[in-house]
Amino acid sequence: MTSKKSWIHSFNTVQENNYDIIIVGGGPAGLTAGLYASRSKMRTLLLERMGCGGQNAITDWIENYPGFPEGINGFELASKFEEQARKFGLEIKTEGVISIESTSQDISGKAVRTENGVYAATAVVIAAGASFKNLNVPGEVELRGKGVSYCATCDAPFFKEKDVAVVGGGNSAVQEAVYITRFAKSVTLIHRRDRLRATAILQEKAKNNPKIRFKLESVVKSIQGGEQVESITTENVKTGAKEDLNVQGVFIFIGHVPNTEFLRDTVKKDDSGYILTDENMQTSLSGVFACGDARKKLLRQVVTACGEGAAAAFAAQEYVEEKRGTAYK
Amino acid sequence: MSEVVINGSNFDSEVLGSTVPVLVDFWAPWCGPCKMIAPVVEDLSKEYAGKIKVGKINTDENMELSSKFQVTSIPTLIVFKDKKPVQKVVGFKSKNDLKKILDSLL
Repeated sequence: MTSKKSWIHSFNTVQENNYDIIIVGGGPAGLTAGLYASRSKMRTLLLERMGCGGQNAITDWIENYPGFPEGINGFELASKFEEQARKFGLEIKTEGVISIESTSQDISGKAVRTENGVYAATAVVIAAGASFKNLNVPGEVELRGKGVSYCATCDAPFFKEKDVAVVGGGNSAVQEAVYITRFAKSVTLIHRRDRLRATAILQEKAKNNPKIRFKLESVVKSIQGGEQVESITTENVKTGAKEDLNVQGVFIFIGHVPNTEFLRDTVKKDDSGYILTDENMQTSLSGVFACGDARKKLLRQVVTACGEGAAAAFAAQEYVEEKRGTAYK
Repeated sequence: MSEVVINGSNFDSEVLGSTVPVLVDFWAPWCGPCKMIAPVVEDLSKEYAGKIKVGKINTDENMELSSKFQVTSIPTLIVFKDKKPVQKVVGFKSKNDLKKILDSLL
């Protein structure tokens, strides 16, 4: 009785929740895909587990997105993307996606399951993005929110006049190290290689900042503290020499992992979990497209995410029209 | 008025004096992820209306409350029950995970 009832319920839900295109993720890639798809009069739903913005929203200042010569705050840029997409009718729901299935070759052959129910779509665009990578050292999990942080724009103001360590050598690490010096007394940038990977202009900013000290060829072995972080232990990768550093905060920016676990084996991924697509964003599963940071590629920036979002939406639209029999040939 | 703005002067009455558990959202205007979880917190305030009170503390304006409850990373959600903090959630948790936490405290 119960199972029949729930079956009827979910069947009804599917009927009411039919879309041409469903987009999974509301960062720059997903919002741009949403803008293009909605503007092409596709009935489009964007599912985002939080508010929109993605990692873009936690970036203090973006100065390499064209059209903003003075630079722009990441959250503000994300809000503009959202506003523009909504203007063309994009529907956005705050729901986390659990799975994507191909149920048939029919026009509503894709089932997108969320925490709250099931939606049907003709095509799906995956723009699920990536999350920060953990250091995986003792103390990191225990002291998260007690001095261990992955978001400088969120947490740097809590470290006024404190000593802070930043881990990583890429763009995020170097840019955020500079940002944290607005508040902290000192910033020690710890990187395992003998030189930074960050782009030259960022390196220059960091090197000219009197509050930043560099500790290269070093890795963090552990983080110590009770109610708050008190110190970290580093190890020199060449000599093996260990050193304790008294800091009250540790900011970790050592790269990302794609948010693609929920897909399991639905689409082909590389060994790191990034989704493989062709040049038109088509994944290994017909009618499912991928764009942005979750996709295997060389450069992960807002501008590339947007470009791919537009391409994925266009390819998805063509797929929908093919299924409808209205493709322009 | 489903979410209550909490500050130093009404913390005792609104949070400690509450007859129902209080979910307090520590946030700041410059914090992107705080804005990103705001819709989830707002949904919870509606879904649990009458059973749970939802409060917002701007950490910028209430540094003393933030340091009292050792908030050094936002967004942080703290659930207060019977005059004391009983659960602290740092960073993003899905709505369903948060509902599980709230249900376990009701």
